[in-house]
This record gives sequence, structure tokens and C-alpha cells, in this order.
Amino acid sequence: MTYIAKPKFHHPGLKKNELGYTHRDYEGKISTLCAGCGHDSITASIIEACYELSIEPHRVAKISGIGCSSKTPDYFLGNSHGFNSVHGRMPSVLTGANLANRDLIYLGVSGDGDSASIGFGQFAHSIRRGVNMTYIVENNGVYGLTKGQFSATADRGSKSKKGVTNTDNAIDLVAIALQLGATFVARSFSGDKSQLVPLIAAAIGHKGASFIDVISPCIAFNNHAGSTKSFDYVREHNDAVNRLDVLVGRDPIAVDYAPGTVQVVEQHDGSKIALRKIDADYDPHDRLGAQTFLARHAAKGQIVTGLLYVDPDAEDLHEHLNTVETPLNTLEADTLCPGSAVLDKINASLR
Amino acid sequence: MPDKKPISSVNDFVVRFANVNGSGSASANEMFARAILRHGVPVSPRNIFPSNIQGLPTWYEVRVTEEGHLGARGGVDMMVAMNPQTWDKDVAGIEPGGYLFYDSTKPMPSTKFRDDITVIGVPLTAITNSTYTDPRQRQLFKNIIYLGSLSALLDMDPKLIEQLIGEQYKGKEKLLSSNIHALHLGRDWALQNLKCPIGLRVKKSDKVGDRIFIEGNSAAALGAVYGGATVCAWYPITPSSSVAEAFTAHCKKYRHDPETGKAKYAIVQGEDELASIGIVIGASWNGARAFTATSGPGISLMTEFIGLSYFAEIPAVIMNIQRAGPSTGMPTRTQQCDIIACAYASHGDTKHVLLFPEDPAEAFEFAAAAFDLAERLQTTIFLMLDLDIGMNHRLCRPLKWDDARQYDRGKIMTAEMLEEGRDFGRYLDVDGDGIPYRTYPGTHPTKGSYFTRGTSRDRYARYSEEGTVYADNMQRLVRKFETAQDLVPRPLQANAERPTKYGVIYFGSTSPAMDEAIGLLEARGHQLDRLRIRAFPFHSSVASFLAEHDFVYVVEQNRDSQLRQLIVNENGIDPVRLVPIVHYDGTPITARFIAKAIGDHQDHLKVTPLRKAVS
Repeated sequence: MTYIAKPKFHHPGLKKNELGYTHRDYEGKISTLCAGCGHDSITASIIEACYELSIEPHRVAKISGIGCSSKTPDYFLGNSHGFNSVHGRMPSVLTGANLANRDLIYLGVSGDGDSASIGFGQFAHSIRRGVNMTYIVENNGVYGLTKGQFSATADRGSKSKKGVTNTDNAIDLVAIALQLGATFVARSFSGDKSQLVPLIAAAIGHKGASFIDVISPCIAFNNHAGSTKSFDYVREHNDAVNRLDVLVGRDPIAVDYAPGTVQVVEQHDGSKIALRKIDADYDPHDRLGAQTFLARHAAKGQIVTGLLYVDPDAEDLHEHLNTVETPLNTLEADTLCPGSAVLDKINASLR
Repeated sequence: MPDKKPISSVNDFVVRFANVNGSGSASANEMFARAILRHGVPVSPRNIFPSNIQGLPTWYEVRVTEEGHLGARGGVDMMVAMNPQTWDKDVAGIEPGGYLFYDSTKPMPSTKFRDDITVIGVPLTAITNSTYTDPRQRQLFKNIIYLGSLSALLDMDPKLIEQLIGEQYKGKEKLLSSNIHALHLGRDWALQNLKCPIGLRVKKSDKVGDRIFIEGNSAAALGAVYGGATVCAWYPITPSSSVAEAFTAHCKKYRHDPETGKAKYAIVQGEDELASIGIVIGASWNGARAFTATSGPGISLMTEFIGLSYFAEIPAVIMNIQRAGPSTGMPTRTQQCDIIACAYASHGDTKHVLLFPEDPAEAFEFAAAAFDLAERLQTTIFLMLDLDIGMNHRLCRPLKWDDARQYDRGKIMTAEMLEEGRDFGRYLDVDGDGIPYRTYPGTHPTKGSYFTRGTSRDRYARYSEEGTVYADNMQRLVRKFETAQDLVPRPLQANAERPTKYGVIYFGSTSPAMDEAIGLLEARGHQLDRLRIRAFPFHSSVASFLAEHDFVYVVEQNRDSQLRQLIVNENGIDPVRLVPIVHYDGTPITARFIAKAIGDHQDHLKVTPLRKAVS
């Protein structure tokens, strides 16, 4: 429980990153989620990715909505400011925060109820505005905190723990994000840390709206036979298009892999993503192709994972608005206020 | 000749223009009002318009008032009837002895007129069609032509109108000369064919002084620029949209870096009011000054976030340009009907600061002050305008700014303070004023971070569902609201010439009508002390005012006497002593209405002795 203090001491030989931080410096409070929850694995991946990237923890703002997933920002990056806001409204709060200070890293954590139901509109509009953020949906297809109701990402025909069959069509947030113009779109599985950690790292390095849908089984309410978001189901139906490595400040290691199967993508911040292609024909720069690929596999009942689309030259909302480089929250009266002489002129023009 | 003596009045009359929405009449009508101002005579214009783009009736009313009565007067002395749809009602609305100005190109049956008014026909369509061939030109210049005719009828100086046209079309020679030509077409026709001037006349005076003529929404937006707002998120809704539009225009002029051309502001049109307030709260949480502008239905949508702002203690400025509700109500008509909705917005125990400017000058001042208050108090501040102030040009004192003024950013714990070892508890009341310190995200690598929640937490922002911890925090919020009392603009009191047991409380756009009504009431022998409330929470002087008077009238523009409810509720006083005077048909309140309602009540209070009554 969160009121149990987490011991601060750690093994003296714990590995340190470039900034001299250990893993422990990226941790938060002890999780209050159910033991074995997929969300805790995602938390671990976020910690790992931030450690790997040598991010200063306090330069991240973590913002969430309401729900099990939205509680998780308390469990990582304890030295970052967090905001557990309003159900379905993380995207607008994050957008505002980002406008106020463009220098921080914005991590939006949400769930399927938070983003596909109550907050579907805000999800859509933050993506289409190109807010520079990493938007992670911890997708379990179910409302956990209120005990097991279907969410809008639950597949049609899937069964709830109580045996009710879902008759509504599912919303695929990845497909929607692609359509709305997200410039980094990926899907992964909470149980696949080797795929998820580099995806999160790459998303953080991306400038623009990055979206990652992470299938995250709910062990309490959605991990039974008949569920399409259970550990077993996802493992059986997972179809990865690529695996990737994120290379920061190191030489590309394309040599490690057989030629023709590795594609290096250089991002705006200088980091490089080495994509190990599993599906040789898959092109992550083709938005239309990604949409078709996704639809074709969905029809076959396959859950496509990996980096589905990236535009390394994307623009973000600040570029669209042409805002100054200095964070707006640091500007004071001397630069913001036009002063009394200008006001006198305005008065004169109003007579 | 009419069978009632035509009204004769210099610099004191009401002209109403009846037009069709979308016919381009607005700029000609506004020019009429401005031209009178240039004569040194105060005017008070009002738009009465439908929720429509084109085709429905719209009116523009200009009260010409040497005395400077800027409230609506009621009644029409001259009707410029340009809309056949509303002809009958428009003609019926003219005061006996008044004037009807109309387009006489097509003959009208005599039954369409009245015997007790002066009918003035000008063949506007005929003049227009013989001069212009382009249909759009015909429509636009027709408006300028009637302006020309009116200038002759009302004895206005045409040079002053030419000057205005010159300013409006500066650098556009072709438009300038064609407008002046149209003006003289109408003026000359009137001079040659009609008896000019009529009984209503404009005479040069010096009563305008250095006052300016501005819409409240534009002034509030300018206040946001001066007050240092850098983030604005909004969703279009009448009558508030022009706040964000004006903010955009002002920022384009005054907020671009001269070297890089980059913007020192960010404006986002949200997908709805939920997103707008969410963006404001996110930006404010992160240390920017942010605001949104909306109207009643938008407030309803924002209430969940407003509760979060109250409980998580995040600054926000909401400009509410009130219109008649409930639901979408009468979206283009004025009211002061969101007092309760805003004072107690959201679920749970909440209270919010409201500011009530009386005119554009105060809208500017209070808008700028709202950002200081929001950051000082770390909560939502409502700037309560209404359509009457927001969307009408109002004559008011010039806007002022003290260049020495710095923004009050409130209690911010900096990295240096954290380094010094200052104890940081996000919800810790260190100064006894109920206001805790906050840190901006990204302040310090290891100190000062916290997790913001809408759920309960202790003084150090640690999650807690303990009842005592929750109650402790709620009590601190009460203390904070008490602190607010002394920070918000105080009520202004004006006493009657003679001591009186009667008082009147009013606020916002009621102000000019109230000031005028006091004169009317004095003429009827009624003395009243006045208190203009400018903010909620109420300053202690409100309670004193109530204690000093036997009866206090509360004048407001809503059905349920919402400010009175708030006063009764917050001061725990006997409601019988507060007499509601309410006006809520969507038109702005008038001095005539107030004087009659209060006067009748006062007459009723003065019990006539029985013996005298029967003798």
C-alpha cells in the first residue's frame, strides 16, 4: 500500500546510467494494484525506459485520468510531478501543461475506459493537434475499479467474468490514432518487456503525438477463458511486425543483425531506432499501409504489435502555434504586458 | 399632422433601427452612434439580435443622453423601420408623438401607420437602385444612405460622419469616396424633400470627455493580455466568443517577439468546454496564467473540473459572459443568471470567487486582477460579465495601467527555497491564511515533487482516506475563502442625501440603470443608500450595510433573485428584510423598471393613517 514507506537503501553495486542514477531513482511508491496486474509490468517498463534514456526524473510530468491505469503514475518516477486528473480528461490537462512549459517531457497514462469511452473525444483531439507527448493506454478491455464492466475496447463476442457476452463493436485505438495523424503509433503487450521498453523509449524521443496501446490483462476481471485480453489469448494471437532497439549516443549496431532485416530510423532528438523487421514487407513510414495491414490482420483475429508507424520529421503543437522557445510559464510582466503607453494609444483609438 | 404633438428633445431620445440580420446594417448603425459621440453627446447603444446568421430580425438601439444615462431607457422615440417582417410591432412600439422613418419606395396602405406619430418616408430603394447596379453594393450603401438622411433630420454635422468614414476606410480611397457619396445622396434627398430638422435633434456638447467607447468582451480580453495570460483555451459560444477572438487579435498586435516573430501566447480552440477548462487547469498547474471564456451551458459542462480546481487548488480564470438560461435558454439575450451556478459550482462542498464588473473599464481591471487572485488563492476565479456589457459598446472611463505593477504569482516554492531546507507540504498552511505553497513541475531533482489528486490527501499531498485528514483540509479551504474576502474588490457604498432606513444592493450591468433610477426615486421622495457589490465572497461591509437598514432591495437580472439567495445564505440573515427586485425577460434592466418596482414597494410601506384615509 502507498502508505507503507518503500525502503530507500539499495545494493551499492547497482548499475548507474549516464547521469549516475540507478533504477531505484526512477521508481515511485509501492503499487496498490492487484498482484500480477499487467499495469505493474508497464510501470516497470516505463522505469526501465527512462533509466536507459538517462532522463532526469524531475523533468518528466506524468499525467493521468481516472482508473486503475491512471493510478500508476504514483508508482514510477517519484521525483516527478504527477497529476491524477479527471476521468477521460488527461489529454486536455496534458495539452495545457505542455503549452505552459515546452521543456518538460510529458507522459500521459490512461486506460481503455478513460481513453476509448469517456475520454474518446479528448484522446482524438489531442492526437490530431500533435501535442508533443507519449500517450500510453494500458488496455485491459474492462473497468477494473468498478469491478468488471466491459469497456469500449472489449472485442465483440468476448465474455465477461460473469459470463455476459459483449455485443458492441470494439474500438481499436491504434487504428484511430493512425487515422487522426499520430506521428508515432505502436502496440505492445504488458507481458513483453523486451518489445515494450524500447517502444516507450522511442516514443519519448519522438517529437509529436506518440501513441502506444499496451494490451494489459486484468488478472481480476479479464483473464478468463472467453476473454480476448487475457494473457493466454494475447500470447497466442500476438503478431509482431518488428522488434526494436533504441540507441542513444551510441553507434548504430546494424551490424548485429543480418542485412535487410534492420532499418535504422533517426529521430528528431538524435536518438536512433533500430528496427528488426519480422515481417520483411512492413514499412513503418507508410501510414496508409499501416492502416491496411492492421485491418487485414484484425480480420484474421491477430493482434499486431510493434512500431506500426513513425514520422521522424513530425511537427508538434508548439510549431503549429509558433510559440516562443522560452517556456510560457517563465514569462513575466516585462515581456507580457504592453504597458501604459500602448494603452493610451488604445484608448485614443476608441474615441 | 399627427394628432399628438411631436416629441421635441435635444440630446435626449432613443432611436431604434429595425434591420434584417446579415444585411450589413450593423456598421452603419454603429457609425450613427459614434457620430453622435463625436458631437460630444454620450450615447448608449445596444444590439438586440437573434441566434441566426441571416434573415431573422435584428435591432440596434441608440440612446442619446446628454445626462449620460447609459442604461437602457425603454421606449422608442424614433423607429428606423427597415424590416417588413417586424413592421407592425416596430410601429406599435413608438412612443406617442414619436417618429417613424421608413423606405417609401413602395406605397404603404395608411392602415400600416399610426395617427399619433410623425411618418417620414425616404425612397431608399429607389435612390439606391438608380445609383448602384451591383446587388451587394445596393444593400450596403442603402444603409449609408439612410444614415445620411438621418443626419439631416436630426441636425447632425455631416463633417463628423465624414471624418468617421475617413478613419474607417483609411487607405482605401475607393471605398472612402463611395461611402461619402452615399452619405450625401441620403442627406441631400432629405434636405430637399423633407422638413429638416425634426423635433429630435443632436446639438454639440462636451459631455463625453476623455471617455472611451468599447465592448466589455474586448476590454476583458485586453485585461487578460495586460494581466499576463499566456494560455487561452475556448469553445465558441454566444455571447462569449468575442472574448477569445479579441484576445487573439490583441495578442497578434502586442504579444509577438519583435525579433523572432514568435508568439508569447498559445490559443487553442478546444473541442468542447471540457477540453477548454482542462487545458486551462493543465497550464495553470504548470505555472502559466491561463483562462477560458464561456457562457452558462459551458459552465455546466466545466463543473467537474471546477471542483478539481477548488480541491486540488489549481488556479483558473473563467470569464462567464452570462446569457438567459436554463439549457440553451435565450442565447442572444442578457441576464445575470449564473450567480448560484458559479458560486457553488461542482459536486461536494465548493465555493468560488466571483467578480462583478459594472462596465468595460472594470472588466479590464478585474480581468487583469483575476490572474493575480487565481495565483494568490490557487483556485478558480470567475469574471462575471453578461451580454449587455460584453457585446455592446459602452462609454466608460479610459483604461489605466501602472507600469510599476508586477504580477502576483502567489506562493511558489522555488528550487532555492527547497535547497535552503524549507519544509514543503503542498497542502500545509504555513501562514495561517489557508493558502499553501506550491511547486511548479520540474523545479528540483529531488525535492518538491508531489502527486496532484482530486481525492483526499494529507498536508504533504500523501494519499489518505482518513476522515480527520479530509476534514482538516476542508477547514483550511474555508480559511482560504475567508482570506479571499479581503483580497477581492470591495463593495462601493453611496449614501442618500438624508439618512434613510432603506438601502439597495445591485451589481454588474445593472449599474447605470440603478444610478439613473436613484434620481427618479428621489423625485418621488424616496431616499435610498446604495451598495454595489463587486465580488463574492462578500466583504464584511455587506453585513454592516444590511444591519444598518430596515429593508434592503436587491436588484438583479434573473428570476430567482440569486444574489439575494447568496447574501441570505452566506450572512445568515432574515430574508424578509431583503426585497427582491428582479427583471428577467432577456432585455437589459431599465431605470424606469427599477424606479417603479422600488417606488411602488416604498409607497406600500408608507402606511396611511386610517382617519386620514377615510376623511
